[in-house]
Formats: sequence, structure tokens, C-alpha cells
Amino acid sequence: MEELDVEPALTLVPGVAPGRGRLHFQWGPGEMLVCEAAFPGAGHGEKGPGCPYIHVLRKDQDIHLHTLRKLFNESHGIFVGLQRSDEELSGKSKKAQLVGVSKNYRSVIRACMEDMHQMAISTRDPALHNQYSTQVSILSAMELIWNLCEILFVEVAPAGHLLLHLLDWVRLHVCDVDNMVREVLSSENPSKHELFWNVVDIFVLQGRMEDARHLLSKEATANPTSKGMCKILDDLMKKMPVLGLGNTQTLTEMELKWQHWHEECQRYLQDGTFASNPHMESICKILLGDENAILEKKELMTTWYHFLVTHLLYSHPAVKPVELRFYAQSSLDQFLGGENSPEPLDTILMAAFEFEIHQVIKECSIALSNWWFVAHLTDLLDHCKLLQSHNLYFGSNMREFLLLEYASGLFSHHSLWQLGVDYFDHCSEYGRVYLELHIERIPLTTEQKALKVLRICEQRQMHEQVRSICKIMAMKALRNNRLGSALSWSIRAKDAAFATLISDRFLKDYCERGSFSDLDLIDNLGPSMLLSDRLTFLGKYREFHRLYGEKRFSEAAKLLLMLMTAHIAPCSFWMTLLTDALPLLEQKEVIFSAEQTYELMRCLEDLTAGKLDNQKLQDDDIETTKVEMLRLAFARNLARAIVKEGTLEGS
Amino acid sequence: MEDLCAKFVSQKLSKVRWRPAPATALQPPELFATGSWDNEENKISIWSVGAVESVCPNGEYQGEPQLLCDIRHYGDVMDMQFLDQERIVAASSTGSITIFRHHQNNQTLSVSQKWERAHCHVDSDTSACGGASCTGVICKNPEIVTVGEDGRINLFRADHKQAVRTIDNADSSTLHAVTLLRTTEILTVNSIGQLKIWDFRQQRNEPSQIFSLTGDRVPLHCVDRHPNQQHIVATGGQDGMLSIWDVRQGSMPVSLLNAHDAEMWEVHFHPSNPDHLFTCSEDGSLWHWDTSVEVSEKTSFLHQGGRSTFLSHSAVNQPNVNQSVVSAWLSNDPTKDRMEITNVIPNPTLSVNSVDVLGPCLVCGTDAEAIYVKRQLFA
Repeated sequence: MEELDVEPALTLVPGVAPGRGRLHFQWGPGEMLVCEAAFPGAGHGEKGPGCPYIHVLRKDQDIHLHTLRKLFNESHGIFVGLQRSDEELSGKSKKAQLVGVSKNYRSVIRACMEDMHQMAISTRDPALHNQYSTQVSILSAMELIWNLCEILFVEVAPAGHLLLHLLDWVRLHVCDVDNMVREVLSSENPSKHELFWNVVDIFVLQGRMEDARHLLSKEATANPTSKGMCKILDDLMKKMPVLGLGNTQTLTEMELKWQHWHEECQRYLQDGTFASNPHMESICKILLGDENAILEKKELMTTWYHFLVTHLLYSHPAVKPVELRFYAQSSLDQFLGGENSPEPLDTILMAAFEFEIHQVIKECSIALSNWWFVAHLTDLLDHCKLLQSHNLYFGSNMREFLLLEYASGLFSHHSLWQLGVDYFDHCSEYGRVYLELHIERIPLTTEQKALKVLRICEQRQMHEQVRSICKIMAMKALRNNRLGSALSWSIRAKDAAFATLISDRFLKDYCERGSFSDLDLIDNLGPSMLLSDRLTFLGKYREFHRLYGEKRFSEAAKLLLMLMTAHIAPCSFWMTLLTDALPLLEQKEVIFSAEQTYELMRCLEDLTAGKLDNQKLQDDDIETTKVEMLRLAFARNLARAIVKEGTLEGS
Repeated sequence: MEDLCAKFVSQKLSKVRWRPAPATALQPPELFATGSWDNEENKISIWSVGAVESVCPNGEYQGEPQLLCDIRHYGDVMDMQFLDQERIVAASSTGSITIFRHHQNNQTLSVSQKWERAHCHVDSDTSACGGASCTGVICKNPEIVTVGEDGRINLFRADHKQAVRTIDNADSSTLHAVTLLRTTEILTVNSIGQLKIWDFRQQRNEPSQIFSLTGDRVPLHCVDRHPNQQHIVATGGQDGMLSIWDVRQGSMPVSLLNAHDAEMWEVHFHPSNPDHLFTCSEDGSLWHWDTSVEVSEKTSFLHQGGRSTFLSHSAVNQPNVNQSVVSAWLSNDPTKDRMEITNVIPNPTLSVNSVDVLGPCLVCGTDAEAIYVKRQLFA
């Protein structure tokens, strides 16, 4: 057992006084049942009912949030797509595809976030509003982490390009600025607005030079005295060397240019060009990568990772992925300044900057209240071939472990269980076992639902489960007196024993009522009749009735005799069959030949002999009368048959 | 494919139906209803797809379907039909039939009539009645016919409190779907692969005709009748096979077409353009079958990503040489591939449970909790 990383969260069971109640619990799939147990004579003299409830304790609570269903369903499609596309592509196109998948996941998170945001705004219930707002912030944090992981682990941007991606990342997640810009620009005189320089600073901090220059031009026109200064600053911003994404410029060229530009900035700062305007002076310092100048704008950056990216932009534009960890750590320390301890989100991002993938996933698992995020992220990273070396001391590997946890959560949900199936399918080691255990526990409320579950099992050759589902449905139908349905289900399961049971019910009903029910089914058994001997007999016996009804007597007689001589009919049914022969024996023309009559007589004697041995003639007179009648009929028929056959042969 | 619009609605959908257009209207349909299943609380919802004002200058609709109103429905919605412009008949897994009224002035739904336990299993010992799932409903104002797992057929009239006619144990297996054949005749399909015609004029509680698939007894899940040629009937089975039947002759299907990989849940002829047929399945696909393609055009649809049919063998030789109008569905000759099939939904995952077509529009609902709307079917 490894050490605990964090103290496990404490869940209070409502109604059970801590310290007094003794809790009894039972594990279930994805859930736990908890109740207060009463131990007689355990020291508590009072005999109170305590807490009379059984509580259901759920592990993955986010699964049950109605608002997140969209996220689960949409991401399921992406997940399945990712597994299918496997092994098709290689090299560059593979990477492009994985980045595309990652972006799809993020857009699903964002769409869900926007929906939730709308709901938070439109609701009037403050509790609901709080709940939605919390969810929005959690989703937004998830997206932030995912995006960083995408840049560092999926995209694996090289030096130079890395910074451009990080800049985009910061721009995307610091969105307060847009409102501020709108406010400033919509005012009558933007350059006189109190937030004007804040906005310019933000643009510079985020490296949005075009926007910053646009604002500066406003200042230049509004304030002729500073026009010269604006011009110079504008020029500096314009000249700042940037590595374009599609640019073929080499890193060395770029660094050379950067050096020149840096010196130029330095010159302007030293000769006091901007001395008269503290705003512009600080901007120039920022351009030079002056840490203190940047840190002064702490309020505008709000987060340490913004500070990190800005710092990199103006000091180390060609930062390599491996160097990130040092800058990240120092940025975090400087930004927090020892006042606050880092929050979970900070720890996670830091782990990402340190390229500690396992640490990222571990921290996320602890901090987030759902398995969705880690399961999908881990799966994606696994497809990037980043996780192979790591083995857990339990289960198979981390990807599979997390997917299994997530899918188990889905199965504990009333309606989302269908999604879970595909996740289990893609867990090579334990997925099948999990699926088998979970699928059996799906309540089969309607036949249609049963058919859907059955289809899942049949597609995966889960014969045991198929049998069990069909049996459940057959039992249900039997209990509802739907013999036809019950038979159909047992035929589908190829369950011979159950088919025999139902055939017996049909025969019993026939003996009681003298007519068959569900003829449409029995007449159309076809090859499935061979499933069980009893079912074969049922079908054949019904065929006898049909032949008899159609007045095809000799065929009927042959079939009847065959049912007994070939031992298709159960012995208990022989008497009924022999009685059925009576009307045939009494027909005007001779139907049973002499030989057939001998056979019939033998059957009757076998039957009565067996009876004598077994039950000592405990039966009443009716039985004896029946036997006598049959013997008489046989004898008469035999006489007629011998005469007829003799005559025929003679003539 | 471009105008296929998807919306995730956070409920598993079992049925989608367009509201029928008023007889005079020429515009495409605007409203559709959905019914959900397997949720803790199921709902009937009314959705609107782009009203007239949201039409862009280039004539294309924008935006996704908007929820207008919904109402709780007890049990899974097993089937659903518009009775008229305002009323929806819903069949529940609890065995009850409910008529909902959609009030268009204030966009609300209310229950206007309900038949409790229209389908049930009667316990022979206690004569207690446990609800049995009602699997299919078809209506032609004011008559409503329902079928269920209990093998019973009910005939209701919208203004009557009691069933007008009930056929108990009409089928020994589960009845899966029902459709109207002619005024007094209905067609049912069951779980042992039979297609039965029932005539309400006859007092006997027996079907007037039974058709069946040979041998395999593959359950049939859906049935639809050709809108103009009433003798042509299409059914879909558990193995995903599409069968075309001519109910005037024979007792076996005219043709069997290999289609989906799993249960076919619904089949619909296009109501005004019956050369087109739509089928949806548990395997997550939704197919558009088009028999209006001329043989000469055949070469071109290979480039459109279309898919031509493969196996289609005639079970009964068709003596329809001397018929003046030969329906494309009956004259389907295996030697001539005249059918173009396209899959409407890209990247299928979970079951498409229901589809409906009206005018140029298609809507479908899936277990992946998504509604897909396509507004230019024939573009």
C-alpha cells in the first residue's frame, strides 16, 4: 500500500449522529449502500430506531449532473472516433489528427461551459446559480489544463513556436480584457479614459502588438505633445521580431534580430526618451523584459502563468520545452511572493510545465470531482505514446484504470449506461469482465430495452449474459401468462431446458382445455422445433391435429404412431395419444394396418405394464375403462385390417 | 451533408415526429415533437426549427432547434403520433395511452385525455392487472389503434372514454408496430417475423391474412405502407433487413434487402415522394434509399459518395409485366442496381431510434442524446 497523497474527504451520512451510529455498508458497482446498524447488547441501552434509512452513496457525483450529460455524450463520440482512427496514420498527419481530437474535446468543454453560463444567468434560484457558477469555473479550469497539456504533450511545439502557442493559451483564458477594451473604445475620448493605459498594458503583456499600436495611435492624435514619443514606441513595437508559425526563419536569425531590437530599446530607455511619460517608460521596460516592471502589472495579469508567458516573451522568446520548468518555478515564486500557498490548479499547471504527466493526472484526479477529465486526457496522451512505461501496482495500466472508473460511473447512471459500453470495449485487459458484471445489472424494464442490452451482448459474444437476459425475459413472460413470448425468448437463448418447461405448460393447457393456444407460434416453429425434445413433440403433436383437421387420416395415424414408437412423446402423454387414436380406429375405412395395430397394442401394454410396476393401480375406474375401451377398439380394428389386407392381397 | 444540424438535448430520444403541415401550407415544417426513454423522468417536448425570420438571404436556415415546451411523461415513450395539428398521442411503457395538447398561443403542453392500462398483463389467479408496454400507436383522427407487449390490439376514438374495440391475445408474441392499411384495416408486425392484416369490420378476433418471413422467424420491428400504392408495405427486422411486401399476393416478401447491421427501428416512405425511403437502426446509421435514380445516371453517384445496393434477391417472381405503373419498389430487379443509398449521419455511434420525414425536412433522434435535423433532403 502506498502512502495517501491527501486525506480522504469525509462524507457525513445525514441522520446518523457521528459517534453514536454504527454504520454498516455494502459495496455495489459504482455505488455503496450505507445504513445504521443496530447491534443488540453492544452497550447502548436505549432501543431507538436510530436512522431508519438506507443511503445510497455515489462515488462519481458529477456523472449525475444533468447539465453535464451533453459533455459525456458528445465526448463519447470523439472518444470512439479516436479509437477507430488508430493505426491508420503515421508521423505528421497522425500528430495533426491527435491535435484535432484534442481541440474537439476542448470545444465540447467550452460548449458545455457556455450552456452552463447561460443557465447560471437565466436562473433566479440563488442556490442553482451558485451551483452553475461553480461548474462553470471547474469546466474552465479543466479547459485551461487541457489546453496546456495539448501544447506541451500533444503538439510538442519546438523552441520558438512553443511561446506562440503559450501566448495563444494565455490570450484565450484571460477574457476580462475584452470587456475592458470595449468599454474604453466605446467612450468618447478613449485616450482620456481612466483604464486606457491599463488596456494598452494588457495588450503589451499579452504580446498583442497590433492592438496596442492601434490604441497608441489614438493617444497620439489626442495628445500632440506626446506624438513623438508615441511614434518611437510604435516603431519599437512594430519592429519587434516575431517567429511566425508558417515562417521558415531559423532560430539563429531570429535571435540575432532580437538582439538588435533589444539594444535599440535599451538605447531609448537610457537616453530618457520616455522619461516624461511614466506609462510609456514602463511599457518600454516591459519590452526589455524587466521583471520588476512586469511584476508591477500583477493586477492586470491576475495569474502567475500569465506572468510566466509575458516574462518569456520579452526575455527568452526562443525558450525550449525543457527549460520551461525553471522559469515556471521562479515565476510562481515571484508572483505569489511567499504570501499565498499555491492552489491545486497551480500545482497541476506546474506539474505540466515540468513535463510530469503522471503528476498532472494524479493531481487532477484528486482535485476534480469527476473521472471524465482524467480518463479522456489520459487516453489521448496514451495515443500520443506518452504513457507506455508506467505501470500501476494494481489493474493493468493507468489509462485502462481511469477509463474503467469513468465507465463504471456511467453504468451507475440510470440512462448513461449505453455510453459506458464503448469505453469498456477499449480496455483490453479488464474491460470485458467489467462489462459482463455491469450489463447483468441493467434493469430490463421493457422488451425494447432488453433487445438493446441483448444486442450489446450478442455483438461481443457474451453467451452467458445472452442466456441470462433471455431467461429473465422468458420468466417475465411466463409469469404474465404469455407462453408464446416466453417460448420465443427461450428459443432465442437456445435454452433447451426452459423450452421444455414451456412446452409442458402448453401441453398441460391442452389437456385441460382440449385446444391449443398460440397456434400462430406453434405452427411456425420451423427448425427451432429441434431445440428440445419436448418442443419437437409439441410441434409434431400440433401437426397431427392439423392433419386430422384436414382429414388426412392415414398420415395423421402414421405420425401418431411414430410419436410413440420413436419415443418422441413423453410416457406421461402416451395415454392421451392412444385416446387420440380412438376416433381414427372408429372411422368407416381402415386406417391403421394390422402391423400398425400391433404396434399400438404394444404401446398400450408397455404403458400399463410400467404402471403396474410403479404405482400399483392406484388409479380409478376411469383409467381401467379407458384401457378396456382401447383394447376393444384395437381388437376390432385388427380384425377389420386383417380382413381388408387379406382381401386386397387375394384380389 | 452541410445542412445537417445536431443538437445534444440531455435525454435519450425514442421518438421524433414532425407536426403535420396544414393542408393549405406549402412551407416546410416548423415544429417537431420528441419523446424520451430510459430517463428517470421522461418527457414529451416540442421543438421549433428556424422560424421564417431566421432564414438567411441565401435561403438557408440557420441555428439549431429551439425547445418550446415540454411535459412529464410517465414511463418510456414507446411510440408517438400527431393526431392533428395540436394533439399528440403517446404510448407509454406503463401501458397507458395519453393525448397531449399543444397550446400554441402560450407554448405549453397539457394532458387532454388518458387511457390507463390500455395494455396489461392479467394475472389469472388474482385478476390483478399489471401494465404491459404499449409498443405501437397509429392514428387517423379520431381513431387511434394501439398494440402492445401483451399481444393486444386496441381501437380508441379520441372522444370516447372506453376502447371501441379490443382484441385480447391477438398475437401470442409481442406486437412491435402497427400501421393503417386501408380505412378499416390495420397491419401489425410481431416478434416471430409475421405480418398480419386485421379487419375491424370482421367480428372474429382473427387476422384476415398472415404473411411471414420464411424459416428464421426473425422479429420484425417496424412497418410502413406506401402512401399511394397501398398494397406495397415495407418492414424492418431484427437483423437489419428491409423487406418489401405486396399484400395483394403471396405470403412472403417480394424482396429482401440487406441493410443495417442491427435492429431496424423505423422505416418510413417519404409521404409525398414515395420513391424515397428512410430507415434507422440500432447500429447508429440512418439510411436514405432512393429509387428515383435513372440507370443512366448511375455512373455519377459513385462520385457523390453514394452507395449502391448490394444484395437484393427476389423471393417471389413478380408477374407485374402487364401493369401500367410499376412501382420502383416492386420491380426491383437484382440484376439492375437502381437504388442509391446514402447514410445521412456521419460517424455513427449509438442507436438511431427514430426518424421522420416531411417535405424537404428530416429529423431523427438517437441514444447519444442528439437530435439531427436536415432541411434540404433533395438538394
